[in-house]
This record gives sequence, structure tokens and C-alpha cells, in this order.
Amino acid sequence: MEKRRFLFSGSGGQGVITAAILLAEAAVRYEDLNAVQSQSYGAAARGGAARSDVIIWDQPIYFPKVVQPNILICLTQEAFDTYQTTIRPGGYLVTDTDLVKKPAFVDARRVELPFHRSVMDQIGKPVVLNICLLGALVELTGLVRLESVKELIRERFDPSFHEVNLQALDLGSQLLKQQRH
Amino acid sequence: MSDAVKFIQGNVVCAEAAVYAGVGMFAGYPITPSTEIAEHMSVRLPQVGGKFLQMEDEISSLCAVIGASLTGHKTMTATSGPGFSLMQEALGYAVMTEIPCVIVDVMRGGPSTGLPTHVGQGDVMQARYGTHGDHAIIAVTASNHADIFRMTVEAFNFAETYRTPVILLLDEVIGHLREKIRIPEPGEIPLVGRLRTAVEHGVDYHPYLPREDGRLPMSDFGDVHRYNVTGLYHDMWGFPTEKPEVVYGLIRHLVDKIDHNSEKMTRFRKYHTKDAETLFISYGAAARSALHLVENRRKRGERIGLLELNTLWPFPADIVREACRDMNFVLVVEMNMGQITREVKLAVEDPRKVYLANRVDGELITPMDIQNIVRLIQGRGV
Repeated sequence: MEKRRFLFSGSGGQGVITAAILLAEAAVRYEDLNAVQSQSYGAAARGGAARSDVIIWDQPIYFPKVVQPNILICLTQEAFDTYQTTIRPGGYLVTDTDLVKKPAFVDARRVELPFHRSVMDQIGKPVVLNICLLGALVELTGLVRLESVKELIRERFDPSFHEVNLQALDLGSQLLKQQRH
Repeated sequence: MSDAVKFIQGNVVCAEAAVYAGVGMFAGYPITPSTEIAEHMSVRLPQVGGKFLQMEDEISSLCAVIGASLTGHKTMTATSGPGFSLMQEALGYAVMTEIPCVIVDVMRGGPSTGLPTHVGQGDVMQARYGTHGDHAIIAVTASNHADIFRMTVEAFNFAETYRTPVILLLDEVIGHLREKIRIPEPGEIPLVGRLRTAVEHGVDYHPYLPREDGRLPMSDFGDVHRYNVTGLYHDMWGFPTEKPEVVYGLIRHLVDKIDHNSEKMTRFRKYHTKDAETLFISYGAAARSALHLVENRRKRGERIGLLELNTLWPFPADIVREACRDMNFVLVVEMNMGQITREVKLAVEDPRKVYLANRVDGELITPMDIQNIVRLIQGRGV
């Protein structure tokens, strides 16, 4: 398989790091692949830039950071401005319709989806934005099965949060499918 | 899916390995990037009948660890550079009193509070010489989760075997990195337990009288034997002395018990070294970048190899000298100003062939950084 490098970027509190961990963990524990996940962060816990790197491959992974992502995810305009030029030619640039407004001038396939708006309209809890994003990434890449991520959510999250997260995951998956059609 | 396969941070791997090794007590003070070790210990130790103590600072943390070890438990603390600085006095005390314990230093950028959330490897010499007075020390490291597990267990084994504090040098990148690990089955990695004295209650016990093999059996402090423990030079009963012959005997013992057994604690990995013309020497997170480059350049037919060191102290000079012998040049890849590079230069026959590839800006050195330095050495420009 091709080595897949993800760069998740956004602002602290949006949950981009949790989404990155869930994707990588599902790949390792349910799909028998190798994955590494790392994050860079400053001293602040909320606000400020958040970034997480994920590499998924069927071979050993040594250097764990992502320099040129195949899949770049930007959930703020600032993150988009910072990272858009790092994308590998022909890669996927995944952004939120409302949170990132500028057009991209890079050789990439733009996947622009209304994660935030759909989550607010259909679930009403902005906290599951990241899981909605994850649903779209699962559908986009085909690296892990949606069911694997669901099992992981059930294992990792408190039962009172299962339903809302599973709903967000399905929503993200649907958004991607609709765009494809 | 096997339950033994986990996707966890390096710091959590270290804590799990400590539990595997039989740690009974952890005392610490949280500090980035080591905090997850304390956090995981606070969950795991109560589950296995151990004790977790959050102390008021790093000085008291190591002191508590030393005291608990003397009562018969395997003990550990974890910190980063600033906390490791505070622990240096107690570290010397553990060396002098020959009390086993494991000190994890998850290195970040220094000096001082430096770069709390970014990587560095600047504490290698502090591990070696940070505490005052002549002494030998054991310090080990790792670059991936399987080796973090293995070297943590080894650290406990070395501590018990040689009755000495052992330092485990991790770094921010591998401490925070999540990757796949299969947790070894019980018994898969041999464990060294506490060597206790056979001297019975009511019979004089000499805490500092070595057996024929050099090891000193311990008696759980507060149990059946009364004995003295001091950081002063002491005799076989543990009482202070200034007698030159006893002082001389003790310092020779403290140094020799480690230096004379250095080959028994030398751990390393070789990658593609057999037909190599260029050798990288590296450790910790930097070794991941070096190995990445080696694997990539091998595909293009370049004869590059990597010697990854898991034991840094005592420095495996013989292994390094042998590995470097026929190389065109040797590149030491580390994230400091050349702390292990200097040791390599001292070990090899021709130190002019030894170069440093480093990065000291808080970022992990990249394969491209290393490749550019290789090109410069070869006279090809970047």
C-alpha cells in the first residue's frame, strides 16, 4: 500500500488531536496496519494552533513527523494559511466550508464540506465536530472501516457520549458520500 | 484484535513496563513532557497493590523513592531536565548508599526551563556527571515502543543487579509518540528481583559487605536488622569512616562494579552495518530519523548503516570502535551540541572521521537534515 501521511490542523479545543488518535488507533488495532501519531503544541491548552501528524502504512514507520501530507485537514483559516503549501501534489485538502473561506492555489483535490454547519443543524453539539470530520476521512481514505471506529468510540468514550459521537461519525461519512455523487 | 496490542504513548509504555518489572512505588512531581508516566502510574500502582505518591517537588520525589527502595520495593520516579537538575544531590546519595532505583528523564530543550513542550537530548552528560564526586553511572535509552518497554525492564534489572540508581533517558518525541506495541507476556523478559540477605534475625548483618561475586545482599530497612545508611564514606556496617583504606576501597567498588561489568549492560542495535561504508551512530528519537534515511538510501544502493545505542553509560567504547573501524566516515546523529559525538571521537582510532549531525531548535532532526550534512561531508554541497 501507499504510505499515507495525514496532517490535522486547527485550533486547540476543536478535537483535531483526538480525531487523529482515533484514526491511527483504529488502523493499528482493527486493521492490523502500522501507524504513528504525534502532536505539537505550545503551553496553552485551548486556543492557539493545534497540529497532529499521523502516518499509516503496512511497513515499519521510523521518522514519525509529516513534512508533506497526502491528506491535509485544516479546521481554521490560520491553519489553512500555514499549511496549504505543504501538501503533496495530488493530495486531498480537507476543509470546513464555513471555517476556511479562502480558495486554495495548490495542486490538490479540495474536499470542502460543511462539518460545522451540519453538526450544529443536526446534532446541536459543536463538540462532536472532530468526529464528524473523522467520519468523512474514513469514507475518503478507506483505510479503516467505519465499524472499527465505532467500536473504538464505544470502548474509549463514556457511554453517555456514545450516541452523539456515533451520530456525528455517520453524519461525516454521509457528507462525503453526498459530495461524491 | 489482541488485547496485548496497544496504541499508546511512549510514556505510558514506560509506566506499563515498570509495572511488568514489579515496581512497587512511584513518587514524582509532574513536569512536561514526562507527566503521562506519573499519571499512568497513579492509575496502575493502586491496581497492583503498589503506592503512588505525588510529592511537593523533585528533590523530595527522589528522596522518597530511595527510602521506599531501602524498605524492599522496586521504585521509580520520572521527570524532565529541570526536575532532573533538582534530583542530582539525591542521585549521588543513591549512588553512595547503593540503593537501587530507576529515574526516568524525558528530555526536553534546555538549559533551565528551556522548551517545555519540545524535544532535546541535552541531558546525556548530566546523566553521566550531573551529581558531584567520582562515580560510575548506568544510563539507557530507546527509540521505539518495543525498546522503551525492554529498556525500562532492563533498567530495573540493572538497578537490582548492581545496587545502583539507573537513569532511563527518553525524549519528548518518543515519550509523546503513539505507536503500536505488543505488551510482552509475563516471563517473556527475565526479571531480576531484590537480592536479600540470608542473615537471620539476631545475627549481625553487614549491609556493605559484598559477596564473592561483588553483589551486596540487602535487608529491608525497618525489618529484622538494624543498620546505618549514610552519604558519608562508610565501612561494611554502614557507619561513617575517614580511614583512607576504607574510603579508597569504597570508591573503587562504586566505580568498578559498573565499569568492570560494562559489557553485560551494553545494549545496541545494528542496521545494515555489514557492508556499510558510512556509519550513523544515534539514539532516542534521532535514531528514528537516521534509520529512515538509511532504509531509503539502501534502496538506492548506498552502503549506509546505523549503530543505535540503547546503553549510553557506561559508554560502549569497544563496540563503537569496532563498528567504526572501516568506515569512510561516521556521523553521530543527536539533538544536542555533540555530547555523544565527543565520546565517539574518544573511542575511535581516527577521530577526524567523526562528524556531528544535530538539531537544537526544539524540532526533531529530519532525514533531510541528515542527508544535507552527508552531502556536505562528501563535498557535494546541499
